[in-house]
Parts: sequence; structure tokens; C-alpha cells
Amino acid sequence: MEGVAEVKRSAGRPIERYITRRRFLRAAGAAAAGAALAPLSRPWRAGAQTAVHLTQGKVVIGVLNDQSGVYADLSGKNGVEAARMAVEDFQKKYGAGVLGGPIQVIAADHQNKPDLGSQKAQEFYDRDGVGMITDVDTSSVGIAVANVAAQKHRLCLNVGAATTALTNANCNRYTFHYAYDTYMLANGTGVEVTKRIGKNWYLVYPDYAFGQDMDHSFTSAIQRAGGKVLLADATPFPNDDFSTYLIKARTMRPLLNVIGTMHAGQDVVNFVKQYNQYGLRQQGINLAIGLLFLSDIHALGVEAYQGTLYTTAWEWTLDKQSREFADRFLARTKVRPTFVMAGNYSATWQYLEAIRRAGTDDPDKVVAALEGYKFSDFFIRNGTIRKQDHLVTHDAYLARVKAPSEVKEPWDYVTILSTIPARDAFMPLSQVTCKMS
Amino acid sequence: MIENLLLQVFNGLVNGAFYALLSLGLAVIFGMLRVINFMHGALYMLGAFGAYLLTAWWGLPFWWTLLAAPILVAAIGLVFERLLLRRLYDADLLYNLLLTFGLALAIQDAMRIRFGMQGVPYGAPAALQGAVEIGPLLFPAYRLFVLAVSVLACLGTWWLIDRTRAGLIIRAATERPMLTRALGVDVDRWIPAVFAFGVALAGLAGVLAAPMRNVSPVMGADLIITTFAIVVIGGMGSILGSVVTGFIVGVLEALGAVYYPSAANLVVFILMAAILLVRPAGLFGSADAG
Repeated sequence: MEGVAEVKRSAGRPIERYITRRRFLRAAGAAAAGAALAPLSRPWRAGAQTAVHLTQGKVVIGVLNDQSGVYADLSGKNGVEAARMAVEDFQKKYGAGVLGGPIQVIAADHQNKPDLGSQKAQEFYDRDGVGMITDVDTSSVGIAVANVAAQKHRLCLNVGAATTALTNANCNRYTFHYAYDTYMLANGTGVEVTKRIGKNWYLVYPDYAFGQDMDHSFTSAIQRAGGKVLLADATPFPNDDFSTYLIKARTMRPLLNVIGTMHAGQDVVNFVKQYNQYGLRQQGINLAIGLLFLSDIHALGVEAYQGTLYTTAWEWTLDKQSREFADRFLARTKVRPTFVMAGNYSATWQYLEAIRRAGTDDPDKVVAALEGYKFSDFFIRNGTIRKQDHLVTHDAYLARVKAPSEVKEPWDYVTILSTIPARDAFMPLSQVTCKMS
Repeated sequence: MIENLLLQVFNGLVNGAFYALLSLGLAVIFGMLRVINFMHGALYMLGAFGAYLLTAWWGLPFWWTLLAAPILVAAIGLVFERLLLRRLYDADLLYNLLLTFGLALAIQDAMRIRFGMQGVPYGAPAALQGAVEIGPLLFPAYRLFVLAVSVLACLGTWWLIDRTRAGLIIRAATERPMLTRALGVDVDRWIPAVFAFGVALAGLAGVLAAPMRNVSPVMGADLIITTFAIVVIGGMGSILGSVVTGFIVGVLEALGAVYYPSAANLVVFILMAAILLVRPAGLFGSADAG
């Protein structure tokens, strides 16, 4: 009702001043109306009612992810729990009425189908009054939902999808990309492994959008680090048997240092099982995996993945505050969080914080409150929400799967080898093609 | 180069071994019961999970699961057959197809709820880890074992059907059910046993797959489509046809993956289309058997 005209009016003006003035007006209005709202801590508002203005009297967060398909274990229902936890913790910290109304989390299963995902997103925004959709794993669904967010002028903080398109070709004013992307994965693993392990690579990737994207990103990262991709093979998708490529890897000259697989879900498990059967590690051919989640390692066992190198956005054993979160998460869900689950928590929290800062859930003002914001929490370290493309840059980590003998407790599968600082971990702005409309 | 080709053919045969076991079971069941058993893939998955659970719960070694899991799967199949399938034998072929399709989805979802989507860990037994070098070639020991077991199972099935009295009855009932009945053979008495046997073969394939493929609720979902295509190519209900075609398709897919990866998954369907045009009854099918 008010959005469009006000955005235009605010364009080009110092945003903080504008918001402060609005907040003040709202505070006065709220006080006059005598709404029963929680008190605020800021001295200049002491005694007044909260200044947060909610357009629909409540905040609704929608978690949209795969709850029944191949990605159900990397986020799914536990990813929804993470968002719920964030809401509870937020209310515990600031008081239940901090935003001037109830905060709800609703969830739906997109089954990895873009059409279903975009339909659910529309229902969320239109019928359920959702202000922000989060998670949205699977790149194709992520893009579809980002488009809906742009149409509906509501927020989407994507945590689960990997595609860089969300902050490039398909970027828009209402979509943010939170935890990781293919550039981060390829850059981290491609550059670091080339430096540490060896220069000769063989890439094997599934023949669809994610795989091709990863192949390009890895190839350029490896070359940047002075390495060489001797061969890159596309495989059918889905695929049960990878022996063809594993045999090729053995016979390749010059000798290979690393075989990199860009497969996900069932296929990567097949790949690793067969990599072990062919004894490639014993011949000095290391295994690098484009994208690996804690849930993958848990499913197949640390023995099968041992020594695998990959890049991750977060790991629960990272430090004390990560562990603290992971302990509470374990008590609640019986699993340790993957980085997507932890990212859902963090994204939900930062969205609520942004509403608090903006003093309203008006989407345009929340976007303005997020843009350029610098922060750290248990999940994001040295984070910046880039205004230009809405990518959340932060520290990433090169990780290695432990050998069974190194595992000290259940779910303790990963050693962090090095931190890739936020400024190096993500696509530099000079390469970003995003044009915000 | 020739070594590489040999290795790929070997791998094709190993993959073909799974196809052969699965399509053999399907063919046996279709021949005798005229049931297109769409839950075959789900039962294959149960075989793999059976191996996992028998080991996880009771510490049964792999070798025993190779025997126990198929029996377990056969028992489950038998329950479905007695409780549900047999009620629809007199109805159109489609009814049992729909029933088994529904059962497949139900089994998959039940397993998903219990075990999650990602699957469970399962490794090869210690004795079969590593690889065997034969001349300049390196064969993973476990794959050789899979090929051997599969060939033995196929030969065993052939022997059962071709050389025993039970096999005689099955063949007779497959080819001329009415006439066999007229000769005083109680065909219905053999139906549960044949179904259980076909299903046990799927269970065996599942156990064999566990150490080399991801053990997850959907592991049989994609496989079943290819397997049906193989049964059609081989000739519906033809035992020899399903086995031979299974191995052929395995090899063609492996070679396809080397020379033209994007078509590897299509090979079987191109073959099916071509065969159906030239020989509508399939490679080994007789015109009146379907």
C-alpha cells in the first residue's frame, strides 16, 4: 500500500536518517494508539511503546526446502527446526514482543521442482503473509523462488542453493544469497588443493546445470593457482557406475594428483564407494569433492570419505560458539547441524535483526537495513552483505575428512585445514554481472 | 587402448549382472503369473537394506546376509502376494501393475521415513576389498565376485527351470496355462513359490549392490525402468532373453559412457525402440508368449 511511493522518495537519500525519522513518527503513532507492546531498551524511547511497525501485525518466515527428495537430509525438516530455534532465541534475547507482534515459522516441501517451489512461494507471500522465505535448496528452485520474490516485493534469503546466478544473471532487489555458492566451493577447493596437494587434475561432473557450472568454476580456479585440468568428463545423470572414469584416471599421463567429482546426492556416494574399490588413493590420486555436507559423511561413514578435501561454509566443531549451537541443536533434533541448517538459523536471525533495526517489516526498508550491513555471528564470520549483488561474503574453510582413528566423538568427521578470508572466498565484484533493477 | 576397452567391457558385464538378476526375476514372475511386478526395484532396495540391517542389528557377516536377506525379501514378497496380488489375478493386467506400483511407492516412503533419504553406510567385506591384477589389468575384487555370483545365479535358475520337474511345470504353465491345468497340474499351487523365487533374485541383487552403490530408499527407483526395458527387449517372459539382454545392455551402457556420455542412459531405450520395430515380440520372445 505504501511501499512503492516511499521507495522512490527515499532513493538517493541517507537511509539511516530517513528511517530514524519514520521510526519516530511510528513510535508516536503507536503510543497514541495505545497498542500493548513490549518496552524498548533505547533511552530516547524509554516509556514509549515499541516503534516496530508490522504491516500485518505479525512476522511470518517461510522455510521452503526439499523434505522428501535427495536433499532432504542436508536440511529438510531439521532446517525448519533451525529457523524455529532462531525465532525462539531471538525472542528470548529481546523479549517476546520485541517486534510488536508474534513471529511465526511455516514450512513447505518443494520436492526439488521449480514449478512447485514457485507456486509454494506465491502462496507463502500472498496467502500466509510471509515476509521472508529462506533455505530454498536446489539451484533451479532457488532461481524460481527468487523471481517470485522480485515480483511480490518480498524477501528471499537463500541459504541452500549453490548457483552463482542468484547474485549474477538472476539477481534482484529482494533476494540475498547467504551461505555459499559454486564460486566459493570451486575457488576454495580448486586453489587450495592445487597449492597443497598437486597440479594435475581430472574433473568428473554430472551433465546438468550445477555440474557444468562447477566444472567451469573449478577449471578457472585451478588454472589461477597454476594447476592443470588434464581432462574433464561429463557423466550421465543419474549414474550408478563410475568405473569408466576411475579406470581412465589410473591410466592418465602425466600422473594425476587429484580427481575432482562435482556430483551430489546418490551419485557422489556411488562415486566415493567406487573410488575406494579401485584403490586410487593408494596410488596417490587424491579425491576432492565439489560440494559435501556433514549429512553425506554421516550417511556413508567417515572411513569411506577419509582424506577427501572440500570447501565448507561452516563446521560445527569450528569453535566454542559453534559447538554451543550444535549442542543445543543436537538436543533438539538428534543430529548435528549441517552448514545449511546453521545458515537457516543465522539468516532467520539476521532478518529479524534487520526488522528491529529498520523499525518496520516493510520489505524495502528491511532490504535497505540489510544492504551493506557488516556482522559476525556463530555462523557468519567477517560477514558483509554486499549492496551491489546481495551476496553475503564471509570466511570459508578448506576441510578434510578425518581418518576413523582421528574421530573423537559421534559426528566429529572434519578437520579444518585453513580459513579462506572473506575477501578471497567469494567472487570479486569486478566479475559480478548483477544489475539490480 | 585395448586394455581400456577390455576393462570397460568387464565393467559393463558387472553392471549387466545386476540387470540380469533383476530382469530374470521379472521374467520368471511375468511368465508364470502374468504380473508386471513394478515393486521389483523396491524389493531390490529391501535386499540391500536387509544386508545392512542384518549386519547392524545381529552382526551377521556379509556372506550370511547373501543368503538371509534374499530369503527375507522373498518372505516379504510372499506376504504381499498372498494378501494382495492374488486377488487381482483374474482382473486385467493393469490392475496388478497399478497395485505393485503403489506398493513400490509405499515401501520407498516407509523406508525414507525410517532411514532418511541419504542412505546408510555399507562397505565391502574385508576379503573382497582391493583389486586383483590380471596381466596388465586391474579388477576390483568385489566386482569379480559380483559377476561370478550373478552368473552362478543365472545358471542355477536355468538349471532349475530346464532340468527339474518343478521347472517343467513352470515352463508348461508359462506357455500353455490352460492345457497344463487340463492335464491335472495344480498351477495355482506353484504361483506363490515362483513369485517368491523371482523376488528373492531381486533381493540377491540388492545385497550384491550394497557394497558398491549407495544404499538408500530410492536406489531401485531408476533401475527398475531400465530393467523393464530389458525385459521387453529380451521378450516378455523369456528367461534366456532377459539374462542375455541384461548383459548386453550393461556393456552398451559402459561403452556409451566412454564414447558418448550424454547418450549412455538412452542406449537401452534406443535399443528397445529398434528391437520392437523389427521384432515386436522381443529378441527371444515367441509371437504368442506375450
